[in-house]
Amino acid sequence: MSLVHEWALAESIILYIKQQGYVNIKKLRVCIGVLQSIDKEILNYALRELAEEYGVKLDKVELVDEYPLLKCNVCGFMWSINPSEISDDVREAIHFIPEAIYAYYKCPRCGSLDYSIVKGRGISEISVDVHE
Amino acid sequence: MFMSDPRLLRALKTLSKIKRVYLVLSNKGGVGKSTIATLIAFYASSRGVPSGLLDLDFVNPSTHVILGLRVEDIKYIEEKGVIPHRIGLLSYFTIVAYTRDLPLALSGENARNALRELLSIVNWDNLELLLIDTPPGISDEQLELIYALRGVIKPLLITTPSRLAWHSVSKLIELLRGAGYEELYLVENMGNGELRYLVEKQGVKYLGYVPYIKQIEDSIGDLNKLLQLNVRANIDELVSKLLV
Repeated sequence: MSLVHEWALAESIILYIKQQGYVNIKKLRVCIGVLQSIDKEILNYALRELAEEYGVKLDKVELVDEYPLLKCNVCGFMWSINPSEISDDVREAIHFIPEAIYAYYKCPRCGSLDYSIVKGRGISEISVDVHE
Repeated sequence: MFMSDPRLLRALKTLSKIKRVYLVLSNKGGVGKSTIATLIAFYASSRGVPSGLLDLDFVNPSTHVILGLRVEDIKYIEEKGVIPHRIGLLSYFTIVAYTRDLPLALSGENARNALRELLSIVNWDNLELLLIDTPPGISDEQLELIYALRGVIKPLLITTPSRLAWHSVSKLIELLRGAGYEELYLVENMGNGELRYLVEKQGVKYLGYVPYIKQIEDSIGDLNKLLQLNVRANIDELVSKLLV
């Protein structure tokens, strides 16, 4: 399995868990923004490899999709983007830096560049269940 | 240090491996920050020092223009993160490879997110020196770097001898002192050394000056011409002092 960009994301998560003092985890739950087109299989693999490397016992990993929601700060319009409908090169750019989206997309209603990614950007929520 | 965002933890881990990381700052635009940062990093690499240049000016990135790189020339390698573009011993990273140098308007929170993402995914391996070029002023990006990366970065201030620029940089010095930075470095650009007294009086390490470069416009984008600038001795002196 090629160790790509997801490895860096996984390492951030494992470092964060360790910082919180969790080393014996029953379940790790991570919400992943679909906009970033993260390969869940690779992320799962990287999380397990890195957990072992950092001395974190990790039983179960749950990766949950979060669909993108964008909101225009000018006209208030809310919309979603399906990454599978984005061209390969733009999707790849957004994969690495989701904010690259601002170079390619405007508000579909008023054309403003002043909009927010309300949810579904990238890794958002990290929660753990620990062994007693 | 306790971090609320996981990405900052990896950023700190990655940057901690580099011997010297300088955050290039200026409150005032147009003082030549990007040019000086680029020349220092490039000249250091040309002396055989593994060096890095990270362009964090998302809205108005220009270091790729100085280095003569077309967007399509910039290539990163994915390996446990992202490995920067290489020019000899210079490792180089800019967001334009992802934005195709299209206009990018980022509000504060978006700039902060882009910054965290980028810092957490780029792998800077085996560098002696990294220059982080920032946009002018003190906004979210600079504040984030100043506070979250304390202990890893050293502020390198760029100013011209202009009274307006000095007025701005004085406030920046005060802000950095308030943030706990004791070691501050300054380069006087487009000057002749006249700021040395004022800078040292503030307890800031004056690294030297770079005179106005007449042939800079003709040299931008041409690495050979950049290496032959008549300020090479001045830049080389800065490199030596930054490597101490």
